[in-house]
This record gives sequence, C-alpha cells and structure tokens, in this order.
Amino acid sequence: MKYHIDVSSVLRRTVCDLYSNLVTRSTGATVRKAIEEALAGLPEPNVTVIDFSHVTLLDFSCADEVVGKLLDAYQRKLHPQTYFLIRGVHAAHLEAIEAVLERYDLAVIVQDDAGSVQLAGTIDDGARQVWHLIRQHGTVWPQQVGEELGEPFERWTQALDELSARRLVIRRDDGIVALPQAS
Amino acid sequence: MTTVISVPPSLDDQTFENVLEQLVPIPPDEKVLVDARHTRWSSPYGLTALLTLAQSRAERAAFTGPETEETASYWQRAGFYEHAEGLFEMHGHVPRPRGAAAESNVLLEITPVAKSDDVHDVVERIQAKAQAILVNELNLDPMATMRFAMTLSEVCQNIVEHAQTTGWVAVQTYRYRQRLGRRVVVIAVCDAGIGFRRSLESAQGRKLSDRWDDAMALEDAVIRGVSRFRDPGRGQGLAGVRRYVGKWEGKLSVRSGTARIAIVPSWDDDVALVENLSAFPGAQVQITIPERVAQR
Repeated sequence: MKYHIDVSSVLRRTVCDLYSNLVTRSTGATVRKAIEEALAGLPEPNVTVIDFSHVTLLDFSCADEVVGKLLDAYQRKLHPQTYFLIRGVHAAHLEAIEAVLERYDLAVIVQDDAGSVQLAGTIDDGARQVWHLIRQHGTVWPQQVGEELGEPFERWTQALDELSARRLVIRRDDGIVALPQAS
Repeated sequence: MTTVISVPPSLDDQTFENVLEQLVPIPPDEKVLVDARHTRWSSPYGLTALLTLAQSRAERAAFTGPETEETASYWQRAGFYEHAEGLFEMHGHVPRPRGAAAESNVLLEITPVAKSDDVHDVVERIQAKAQAILVNELNLDPMATMRFAMTLSEVCQNIVEHAQTTGWVAVQTYRYRQRLGRRVVVIAVCDAGIGFRRSLESAQGRKLSDRWDDAMALEDAVIRGVSRFRDPGRGQGLAGVRRYVGKWEGKLSVRSGTARIAIVPSWDDDVALVENLSAFPGAQVQITIPERVAQR
C-alpha cells in the first residue's frame, strides 16, 4: 500500500498553523515525531510518500531531523518493510537533504514538483546503474538486469541486494519494483 | 567612577575591536559610558555588537548616541534604539519612530533571538524583502534567496542551541566601498553567551588537547563541523553556511572569546585566523554576500 504524509500539514498541526518554513531543530524533531506516530499505525509493507510540496524552506537542521533521523531509524534499524519516497522537492530542499544523506550514508528516492525522479544520496555506481534500469522498466526480473546491462546476472547480485536492503526497490513475487511504480 | 568608551566614527567588525580594547581593563561591575556621539556609520555587526556589549556588563552601561541626525535616525530605523533602551542607561537625545517609510537598506531590523519561534519569525520576515533585493539589486540567482534564508536560519539557531542567552540578528545591504566597490548584503548575529569554547567543552567525554583555546574551538566548530552533541547530524548548519558563502564568493567571520576565524574570499585581504584578541563573551558572526557582476 502507498501512504501519503503532507509535511506542511504536519508542521501546521504540530508547531504553528501559520508556518510554511521547516526551520530549526526543535521544529524538525516535533514534526519527525508526529510522522513516526503516523507511520506506527500503518500496515507493512508500505510505501510512504513524505511530501514537501507545500514547504517553502527546509534548513539543514530540520532536514537532519525530518529526513536524516527518520530514514536512519526506518531504513537501518526498525522497520525493514517501510519504504520512503520524498516528493515535492525543489533545488534548495535537495541541497539540504543531500547534505544529510551524505552525513548518514543514506540514499532515498526523491521526486520534484514536475514528477522527475532521482536517486539521491550515497550509493555506489553499480547499484545506481541497476536502479536506473529498474526505474526505466518499472518492474524487472533479476535475470533481466544481467541481460540488459550486458554482463552475467551474478555481476549485479550485490547491487540488487544493496538496493533492496536500503529500501530503494521492492522485491516482490512479480519481480523487482521501482518505488514510484509500487502501489 | 565611570569610564568613557569611545566608539569609532565608522563602526564595523574590525573597528569594534577598538571598543573592546578599551573595555577589557574595566571590570564588568564598573560603570562605563559608551560614547557614540562621533560615530557616523555602523554596519549591522556594529549595532548588534553594541547591544551584546551592554549584555556583558554587570553594571548597567550608559550610552550616548550619534550626534548627527542622519546617523541617529538610521540607527532608529534599524531597530537599535528600541532594544538599546532596555539594555543601556540612555543619555542625550533618543530618536523616536516617526512613522516614516521603512528603511529600504534594512532587510531585517535588529531582532532578538532566544528560542526556536524567534528563528521562524526571522525567516518568515526576511523572505519577501530578500527576494526583491537579492535578485533585483544584487543580481543573485532566485534560488540564492532560498539558500540565504537557510543560512540565516542556521546562524540564528547557533544562539538557540548554544548561547544560553538572548542574541541579536540584523540584515542590511549597503555599498561596500572600502574593499569591494559593490553592494553587499550582510547578516550579523551576535550574542554574549557562553561562546564556542565553553560550548564544546560541555560535550560529555570530550578530551581537550594541551593547546585547547578559543582559536582551536573555532577551527573545530567552523572548519571541522564539530558540535557539543554526539549526534551524527550535528554540525551541519555551519557546514551549510560555509558552502553557501563559498558558492556566492561571500565572507564568513566568526569571533568568539579571544579569537576570530574567517572564510576569506578573493576580494578581501583579511586573515583566516586571528588570536589574542580582547576577550569578549559569546559569539559574533558576520556573513557578507557581494553583488554579482557580469563575467568579462
């Protein structure tokens, strides 16, 4: 299932209904906790869209709280069946988010207002290449990766495992699915 | 006995050191009179640092403002007197608001910062005005406005997170004839709090080297992104500020205790690290972003 969390609505509901900027560490911590509460009630597996479309400004400290700590906890430790897609990201948002991802050695799929999707964060070139292929097709079989990239499938096993372990693709009975296509 | 501290005719981050040199020999519980009668101009750093100076005194300091009407009026419109009256014992003429049009060079009047809500307020207020001035007058990319507000937010948060007291922020534009001959936008954030060295010393389990001092604390915090918190995400704010300043050929200087560190662009000849300055509490930050000129 795919779920949607509008960060701006969370900000206005939990901090101040006049704010449109996601700034300061304490604001970020409050918003993250509210998101975590919402996530706690969701069945797994799920793809959760964290939507920044209505957030005007995201500073580094808030990005650390809302994106860094959230992904770090969910991708690495607590909830292996929760997948995240960051949506509504403009260039200044992305700068703050990428700085945070680098700091935590994380990667995540981000989508801008126009719908363009990219893999942000730290990930090796092989895994990135495989992700692009899966993204292009929507769903692939593991053998297909080897066929399309021109080398034996085993060459790409590690990359597929990494993408899966980092919750950047979903392994399902019907193949390996890119996040934006998952439902 | 009251000691008179003379404020130089032109007050900025460099000449404020003259004020501090006069102040150092005087114990905090002795009366001082800060005499700005002959001051003709001040940067936002100068104005916010004067308020910080008042906070650093145990005995309430006295203050006399600029004699020239133009300067006094500008300081009034920049918000200086509104806060100075609560901190200093005011002598002489104190200009009052006249309901005149807002000062166009002042992007953000001097504003107190103590808590997270204050930072939200600063960022909300700066955005509309900054967009018009940074893009139309300083020829910066529209996206630079967003990053400018991010930078402002991060430096203000240093007060909330580390100072343990109220600090001050101001943002102005002016023509920087002395070194650049171009317009600049300047953010000044000053506080009289515990400063970088004591903040980092408060980190649990932190081992201090033999040469540990204000300069090393500034190097750790500003250059290496060290924070008193062990959390891996800490220290990113100043790193983001450094990136922003680098991208727009700006200058960042941070003074704390007896040292000052600077990220110096090619248009400036400041030194990167100055030690053995006159001791002054807290942290004083200045960010200068110059007008963009067409490449030839």
